[in-house]
Amino acid sequence: MLPFLSKRLLVALLVCVTVSALSFGLMFLSGDPAIAIAGSGGRAEDAEAIRVAYGFDRPLIVQYLDWIGSALTGDLGQSIYFNVPVTEIIGNRVGVTLTLGFVSFIVALAIAVPLGVAAALRPNGWIDRIALVIAVSGQAIPSFWLGLMTIVVFGVWYGMVPISGAESWQGYILPVIVLSYYAIPELMRITRSGMIDVLATDYVRAARAKGLPMHLVITRHALRNAILPLVSLAAVQLGQLLSGSIVIESVFALNGLGRLAWESLLRSDLPVVQAIILILSLLYVVLTTLADVLNATLDPRLRGAS
Amino acid sequence: MTDMMLDIKNLQVSIPTDRGTLNAVRGVDLSISAGKTLCLVGESGCGKSLTATAIIGLLPRYAKVTTERFAMAGQDLTARTEARLAKMRGRDVAMIFQDPTSTLNPTLTIGRQLTEGVMRAERLSRKEADARAIEMLDRVGIANPAARLVQYPHGFSGGQRQRIMIASALMGRPKLLIADEPTTALDVTIQAQILALLDELQSDLGLSLLLITHDLGVVASIADEVAVMYAGRIAERAPVKDLFRAPQHPYTRGLLAAIPVPGQTPRGSELPAIPGRVPGLVGPLKGCAFRDRCSFAGEICGQDPVPGHAPAPGRFVECHKAAEVAA
Repeated sequence: MLPFLSKRLLVALLVCVTVSALSFGLMFLSGDPAIAIAGSGGRAEDAEAIRVAYGFDRPLIVQYLDWIGSALTGDLGQSIYFNVPVTEIIGNRVGVTLTLGFVSFIVALAIAVPLGVAAALRPNGWIDRIALVIAVSGQAIPSFWLGLMTIVVFGVWYGMVPISGAESWQGYILPVIVLSYYAIPELMRITRSGMIDVLATDYVRAARAKGLPMHLVITRHALRNAILPLVSLAAVQLGQLLSGSIVIESVFALNGLGRLAWESLLRSDLPVVQAIILILSLLYVVLTTLADVLNATLDPRLRGAS
Repeated sequence: MTDMMLDIKNLQVSIPTDRGTLNAVRGVDLSISAGKTLCLVGESGCGKSLTATAIIGLLPRYAKVTTERFAMAGQDLTARTEARLAKMRGRDVAMIFQDPTSTLNPTLTIGRQLTEGVMRAERLSRKEADARAIEMLDRVGIANPAARLVQYPHGFSGGQRQRIMIASALMGRPKLLIADEPTTALDVTIQAQILALLDELQSDLGLSLLLITHDLGVVASIADEVAVMYAGRIAERAPVKDLFRAPQHPYTRGLLAAIPVPGQTPRGSELPAIPGRVPGLVGPLKGCAFRDRCSFAGEICGQDPVPGHAPAPGRFVECHKAAEVAA
C-alpha cells in the first residue's frame, strides 16, 4: 500500500503545481491586467503606477512564486472590486456550496446505487425500465428548466417550500432535488452496468455454488467489484456538485461559489476568479486521489498486494 | 437406490431465444454410484455443461428445467425448489469450473473465500473455519497454507488457483463433486497434476465425481463410467474400458477415430474428423440427431423414438442401427 500511496501522492502534487501555474496564468489571459484595472479611461501613467503597485513589472516566475507562497500561507490576495481579502469573500460563500453539494451527492448516491443494483438484478424488468426512464429524463431535462418548474409547482402553486435563498434549511430542498436528479443518471447507469458485468462472472457463480444466499453474493462478491468504476465516477461528480452549479445557484438565488465566480467574472475581479479556480481544481485533485486510494483498498490488485 | 449419489431421469433444459425455444438438453438420464466417477463427454454445445449446471441449480432464471426423477445425495429433489437446492450447494454437492483465473473473486482473500460458505452453513468460528481451510489447502497441495490464507488470488498461478478452487469445493465435505472441464484452461503438465489430484481425493474421501470434459484422454485416465452426449441426449453410456474397447454408437466411434495417433496418422494428411455439423436445437427435432453425419444412417433413422438398447449389463446405446453397428 505504501509505495502505491506515495506514488499517487507525488502525481497529485505534480497536478497541483500544474493547476496552480495555469490558474496564475489566467490573470494574464485577457491581456495586461494593469490596463484592465486602470479601466477604459485610464492613462498610460496610471497603468504604469498600477503595474508597480501590484508588482506586475517583476518577472513572471517571481510573481508566480510570490503568489503561490502567499497562497500557501492562506493569503489569496485582495479582491479588486471589494478591496477585502479574497479568502474572506470566499469564506462567506463556501458554506452554501458545500452544503448543497454534499447533500445532493448523498441523496444522489442513496437513490442511484440501490436503483442501479435492482435494475441489474433483472435487466429489462420493471425496475430496470423505470430506472431507464429516470436516467433518460434526468439527462435530457436541463437543470435550469427543472429548477424553474419545481419553483413554480412546489413554491408558487403549493407554497410548500421557499422559492429562493438559503436562510432556512427548507431553502435547500428544491436545489438538492434538482442537483441530485442531475447527478443520478450517470451514477445509476454505471452501477447497473458494473453489476450486470460482475453478476455474469464465474466468481459470482462460484460463490453461489458454495451455497451462499443471494444477498451475500450480491453485497460481498458482486457489489464490491461493481463499485470500483462507480468510485472513480462519483469522485468526479462530487467535484462537479461542489464546484457549485452556477445555474442552480442562480435559479434559486443561493449565494454560493458558483454564483460568486460568475459575478466576479462580470466584474473582472480576477483575484477572486483565480482563487476560486485554484480551490476547485485542488478539490478535484483531492477527490480523485481519495477515489484512487479508496479503490486501492477495495481492490488488492491496484495496490500491488500479493 | 441408497448407494446412488445422483439419479436423474429425463432431464430437460430449454432456453427461450429470439428464434424460438432452444431445447438444449432433451431428456438425459444419469446416475452415479457412491464413490464412482462418471465422465460426461461431448463436443461444444452438446449440453453437457448445461446438464451439470442444471444439477446444481445455477442456471439463469430464464432457463426452464424439468425432470421426471431427480435424487441427489439421498434426497429426492424431483419437486426441486431453489431453497432446497441452495441448502445442498456447498455441503452435499459442490462444483468446480473451467477457468480458475476467473472463478476466484479478485478482491477477497483466499481465506475469506474458502471459509465464507462453511462459516455460515455449519456455524463454524473463524478459527475452526481457518483450520479446515488450512487442512484442505494442504490436501490439494498448496505449500505453506496458513500463510496463504491472507493472500489474494492474483498471487497464484493458474494451476494453484484450480487447486484452491478444489479446496474451496471440498470445504463443506460434499458427497458429490461436479467438475466442469476443470483442466481445459490449464497447461498440459498441470492438467495431469490436477487430474491426479482429483483422482486421489476421490478415492481418499469417497467422493462421487461428475466430470465434464471433451478430452477423451482425461476420460481414459480417470473415469469409471462414461456417458457420451450428443445434441442434448445421451448417445451411449458404458464402463470406461468397454467404451474404449467396443464403442457401440456411431458417434462414439467417430470420436474415438478422431484421436490422432502418433505414427499411425500419416504426416501431412488431414486429421480425421466427423463430417458435417451438429443440428440446430431450436424447435422440435425428428429422429436421430446424428443421422446427417452418420455413415450407417438409413431411412429408419428419421423416425421417432430412437430406440435404446442394453447390449451388455451396465451399457446403454441409443441407435436405430445398433445391431448393425455392433456387428
